[in-house]
Amino acid sequence: MTSNPNKSLEHFVSSADFDPQTVSKLTPQQERYYTASQWQIMWWKFRKHKLALYSGIILVCMYIVALLAELVAPYSLHNREIDHIYAPPQVVHLFHEGDFIGPFVYGFDYQLNMENLKREYTPNPAKIQKLQFFCQSEQDYEFWGLIEGNFHFICPDEGGTLFLWGTDRLGRDVFSRIIYGSRISLTIGLIGVTISFVLGTFFGGLAGYFGGIVDNLVLRAVEILKSFPSLPLFMTLSALLPVTWSPLGVFFGISIIQGFLDWPGLARAVRSKLLSLREEDFTTAAQLMGASHARVIGRHLLPSFSSHLIASATLAVPMMILGETSLSFLGLGLRAPITSWGVLLNEAQNINSVVLYPWLLLPVQPVILVVLCYNFLGDGLRDAADPYK
Amino acid sequence: MLGYIINRLLAMIPTLLVISVIIFTLIQLPPGDFLETQIAEMQAQGENVDQAKIEYLRQEYGLDKPVYLQYLSWVTGLLQGDLGYSFEHELPVTEVIGDRITLTIILAFAATLFTYVMSFPIGIYTAVKQYSLGDYVFSFVGFIGLATPNFLLALILLYFANVWFGTSIGGLMDPQYIGQPWSLDKLLSVLEHLWVPVVVIGTSGTAGMIRRLRANMLDELQKQYVITAKAKGLSPLKILIKYPLRLAINPFIADIGSILPDLLSGSVLVAVVMGLETTGPMLVNALLSQDMYLAGSFLIIESSLVVLGVFLSDLILAAIDPRIRLGGGAVK
Repeated sequence: MTSNPNKSLEHFVSSADFDPQTVSKLTPQQERYYTASQWQIMWWKFRKHKLALYSGIILVCMYIVALLAELVAPYSLHNREIDHIYAPPQVVHLFHEGDFIGPFVYGFDYQLNMENLKREYTPNPAKIQKLQFFCQSEQDYEFWGLIEGNFHFICPDEGGTLFLWGTDRLGRDVFSRIIYGSRISLTIGLIGVTISFVLGTFFGGLAGYFGGIVDNLVLRAVEILKSFPSLPLFMTLSALLPVTWSPLGVFFGISIIQGFLDWPGLARAVRSKLLSLREEDFTTAAQLMGASHARVIGRHLLPSFSSHLIASATLAVPMMILGETSLSFLGLGLRAPITSWGVLLNEAQNINSVVLYPWLLLPVQPVILVVLCYNFLGDGLRDAADPYK
Repeated sequence: MLGYIINRLLAMIPTLLVISVIIFTLIQLPPGDFLETQIAEMQAQGENVDQAKIEYLRQEYGLDKPVYLQYLSWVTGLLQGDLGYSFEHELPVTEVIGDRITLTIILAFAATLFTYVMSFPIGIYTAVKQYSLGDYVFSFVGFIGLATPNFLLALILLYFANVWFGTSIGGLMDPQYIGQPWSLDKLLSVLEHLWVPVVVIGTSGTAGMIRRLRANMLDELQKQYVITAKAKGLSPLKILIKYPLRLAINPFIADIGSILPDLLSGSVLVAVVMGLETTGPMLVNALLSQDMYLAGSFLIIESSLVVLGVFLSDLILAAIDPRIRLGGGAVK
């Protein structure tokens, strides 16, 4: 204690400017974070998931390729090279005997092995066929069936061949057909998911929001649909599509069936989420203000977990792509004039092709790639869907 | 417990009924009945149509009766073990599929077993050693397994089984045993051939199972009772087996319901590629030739298998998990 109790403390007033926020001053980063919208934060979080980000980029590239299939594929869809049946893949080289000459392939020497009647192709180092880029060739096409053209990003040398992934039993270029097939294979899942999304949110929404009998009915329906082994049921339904339908009709028929078989899982997720959300105050508020049921579900409840829905839809796409591939592989899905990865694989159904012409199995590559990418993308989206965690 | 069993048994009845209605509708969907198709085909081939036989079949299967009566006779037939008549094979369905159902069940059972045996240790390992090299390797392999179409794996494994072990290509047994009564040799031959399809079919299920078990274990390993057990000085292995594992194991049993349809689906593809004598290839053929009674029988048998599997898994779950209250109210 001080020795002189009578002396009062000096009253101190700081003359500096007063800033009320000195204590809780936000750094610019924090400020950006707190004012960002939910979707922005989700994007930041998603960006950190490198695998998902790259998967997304790969997928976008694949869809662009599918969009520009006619330009990317060196050969047109139905082109047949009758001199090159079951030709193996040609390897792209850069150097010939130590000299750099840019990307080229060695031409084939062909001979028929008279012992087992097997066609044998041997690359001939004398035949150097340089690849051409941004070129015009006799491979005519109609871009999306509308514009005629013969411009390609990449073509074989004049008089030469370019079978990056070999040819099939009719001498058609496997690589080009895979590119064309991506159109069907990549879109079939999207259409199916859209349908399953609509059905799933509708029925799941009904069940979760109203509860009681509706809930019970929907749950029973889900249970019954789930107890069918999916592929046999899928096969049966697609076998029932009339044979007289046009290929495009079959394509839509199959995607609709897929969507119809896929919705139960989504409906269950929507239901369980809605069951808890409908007890929230904002729901009661909306109801008291006289909003209709459809508006409460559509405007107030669903948006609060739409990101989750998108994530689970993303995870459903690869299953559909695999489904289509399997079905077409068995000959029950899409059929010949349509080109999809499953249809291409149909040719590789027997063990002989694995032994003699293993490149016929190559259409499986893009299938695996797409399925993996969608899975990683879906994982990333699911993690990002809960940005405040 | 008895009450619960009876309850669940009764609940299965409406489910099976609806399933049978759906399948019957599918059978009926193609225009015309199979006899008309048959007659048209025979006439096209210039054969004489035996009117008496057709009339007999028409009456036997009640094709002249209204649809709901046809359905009733079909269902009562099913209950008595009469699955209808395969018009492609001109035999009762029961005779056509006999052995195949047994083999399908054996295959499904073996594949389930494989899935469990593989995913159990791997799931635990990847959870305990999270972010270790092994975790990454197994996750990667699992993802590849998930993404590779079953039939590709089947083709490749089949090839190597033949090259390395000399297993005859295709089929579930050596050719000489097909159609023979069951014997020890036949069983051994089946076992020798069984592992390839089992590995192939099981792989896809394994990947999903590992991820679920891993996630469950990770949740449980964070809980306080694990810390308590550790503080009390229990050995790590004992802690693991005694507490978190018992809780994390639930999905193993509960998932039979979702695994079984997957396995049956997967087995169709694999069976076609490998030429197994299971229901799969026959179903595909039946569908391609629109032999709908045969196809319908397969569907209903397989769906019933799934319903039964779910029922059994519910029972086991109720028996081993004390947290499941029997006859409790609706859960939110």
